[in-house]
Amino acid sequence: MNAIATGTDPILEIDGLRTEFRLRGGTITAVNDLDLTIRPGETVALVGESGSGKSVTSLSVMRLLARKVGAIAAGSVRFRGKDGTVRDLVTLDEESMRQVRGNDIAMVFQEPMTSLNPVYTIGDQISEPMRVHQGTPKGEAWDAAVALLEKVGIPDPRRRAGQYPHELSGGMRQRATIAMALACDPMLLIADEPTTALDVTIQAQILELMQALQRDTGMGMLFVTHNLGVVAEIAHRVAVMYAGRLIEDGPVREVFRNPRHPYTVGLLKSMPKLGDATRMKKAGETLNAIPGMVPSLRNLPSGCSFAPRCSYAIDACRAAVPPLAAVSENHHSRCIRWQEVRP
Amino acid sequence: MLRYTLHRLLIGAGMLLALSVLIFILLRLTPGDPIDAYIDPNVAISQEEMAALRTRLGLDQPLPVQYFAWLSQAVQGNLGYSIQRFDQTVAGLIAQRMGPTLLLMAAGLTIAIVVGITAGVIGAIRRNTLPDLSLSVLALVGISSPAFLTALLGLYVFSVRLHWTPSGGMLTPATPFSLLDLLHHLILPAIVLSVGYTSLIMRYTRASMLEVLNQDYVRTARAKGVKEFWVIVKHTLRNALLPVVTLIGSTIGLAVGGAIFIETVFNWPGMGLLLVDAVGTRDYPVIMGATLVIGAAVIVVNILTDLTYAVVDPRIKVA
Repeated sequence: MNAIATGTDPILEIDGLRTEFRLRGGTITAVNDLDLTIRPGETVALVGESGSGKSVTSLSVMRLLARKVGAIAAGSVRFRGKDGTVRDLVTLDEESMRQVRGNDIAMVFQEPMTSLNPVYTIGDQISEPMRVHQGTPKGEAWDAAVALLEKVGIPDPRRRAGQYPHELSGGMRQRATIAMALACDPMLLIADEPTTALDVTIQAQILELMQALQRDTGMGMLFVTHNLGVVAEIAHRVAVMYAGRLIEDGPVREVFRNPRHPYTVGLLKSMPKLGDATRMKKAGETLNAIPGMVPSLRNLPSGCSFAPRCSYAIDACRAAVPPLAAVSENHHSRCIRWQEVRP
Repeated sequence: MLRYTLHRLLIGAGMLLALSVLIFILLRLTPGDPIDAYIDPNVAISQEEMAALRTRLGLDQPLPVQYFAWLSQAVQGNLGYSIQRFDQTVAGLIAQRMGPTLLLMAAGLTIAIVVGITAGVIGAIRRNTLPDLSLSVLALVGISSPAFLTALLGLYVFSVRLHWTPSGGMLTPATPFSLLDLLHHLILPAIVLSVGYTSLIMRYTRASMLEVLNQDYVRTARAKGVKEFWVIVKHTLRNALLPVVTLIGSTIGLAVGGAIFIETVFNWPGMGLLLVDAVGTRDYPVIMGATLVIGAAVIVVNILTDLTYAVVDPRIKVA
């Protein structure tokens, strides 16, 4: 979990991304002024609670927001494709964007139970991206799909390819969706909570698999999760989101050891460790939950969105949204009192 | 699959048997005596002659005996003779009338399936736009209009006023057979038959499409870069059609009812017209035979629907 590939050109540069949803009763800003960079071979974890904007960010990059409802209002998503050209995905026409999806950028979703089409075989679904993007003939694509199934560790891949999703277990299905995502050797893999719906033992296997595949292919990964344990396991860098904004980002080790935003501190504290239960029972302690609730995006407090729940909050916090302050060269915090924050 | 089919066929046969008992009893419960149909009301007949006729026709036997006598012949394919048309067997009459009814129903169903599914898909992908709303209103009108209304309205507008279609029959009498002539006669009754069905299929398809469009696997297909047309046809419609297949199969019985009515209005020489004539003239063997054949057809179609369902949805295992 070290060896960050610095010095190489980024494959993804999100700059000032703002995604809005038009709902009954007004517009809400689900992602606000987000900057994020991913380099080849690098895994960036996007962390936050439900509604923090992490999934919307990944759907914005893919331009898969529900039409008529969600739209990118500002910012750019510069992406370096397989051919080396850098394009802004926000302004790309729909047909060119379609050619990027599944080919240059692939996605793995949270629910392996529902993200595969029940009426087509696994092999058919894995070979589909190759047929769509590379015009691979059916038989050849099928053989490639079998090879991919083997690569993601599914035993008896030839038989499995001919089976339907309901004939596979949850872990196997997630392996199959990963195989599907890898079909066209993407530059970037976006994984939206890929292990959340799985058993803990299967989770670990899937994380290991994804790491191994990344080592092989050198692709970049954007890993969306709310599980800090998963972040520590897989990511090189972490970006923490709160109420649509990036509030802290940096190398995983540094952020975990030396968090510089009160929200990150709270998140890390609320994560129980092994043996905590007995110790806390003896000491009569409870888990350190962050007090209060995540504010509604319809009705955000002025200034720093976290201020109402924050023990460090002062008047200046409520006056204006704090800028991202540089803690070190690649560690930032959106807290004006970051120097005083103690883990 | 084979065991399942046999199992279903066995249940179907049981249902058919129950149906025949029911029809038999109901017919005898209706006022009137089958013997009346044999007697010329203008010729005097003595009680002895009447009793002799009863004995000859077996009508003096107890009802269960009469029923089993009929049944033992029916399973051998002998459905008896028409009372009204002495020279014709019931089986022969039915065989004659089956073709036109099948033609009418096939035409009506084809129109309903093609138009209904197309309109349903358009409604779903153009949700809450003018085309969708107009289609929804049309469907509501279609479902709410009883067949006698659409049939008479259709006749009035297209036959009486516009002279586009003939007002009844299957072929123009005294002319050599031509396919065009048949289609000309077929088009209006087929459309009238399809109206309610089209509306029903459209509404089901639309609702089902909207549900499937929200499924994760549709998003997965888009994330793979599948062209929007194929996202709709391959990944959405294929799944959305599963409940529609059941709907079509399970309402075939209704279509039979509709066909009987429409055949009467359009004087279409099919099973429906045969049945209605037979009821009017108390032609018991024909009523029994025709009902039995229609019942058997509905049961077979339902079995076929279930088997089709197992083919189109791999999650359903029939064993």
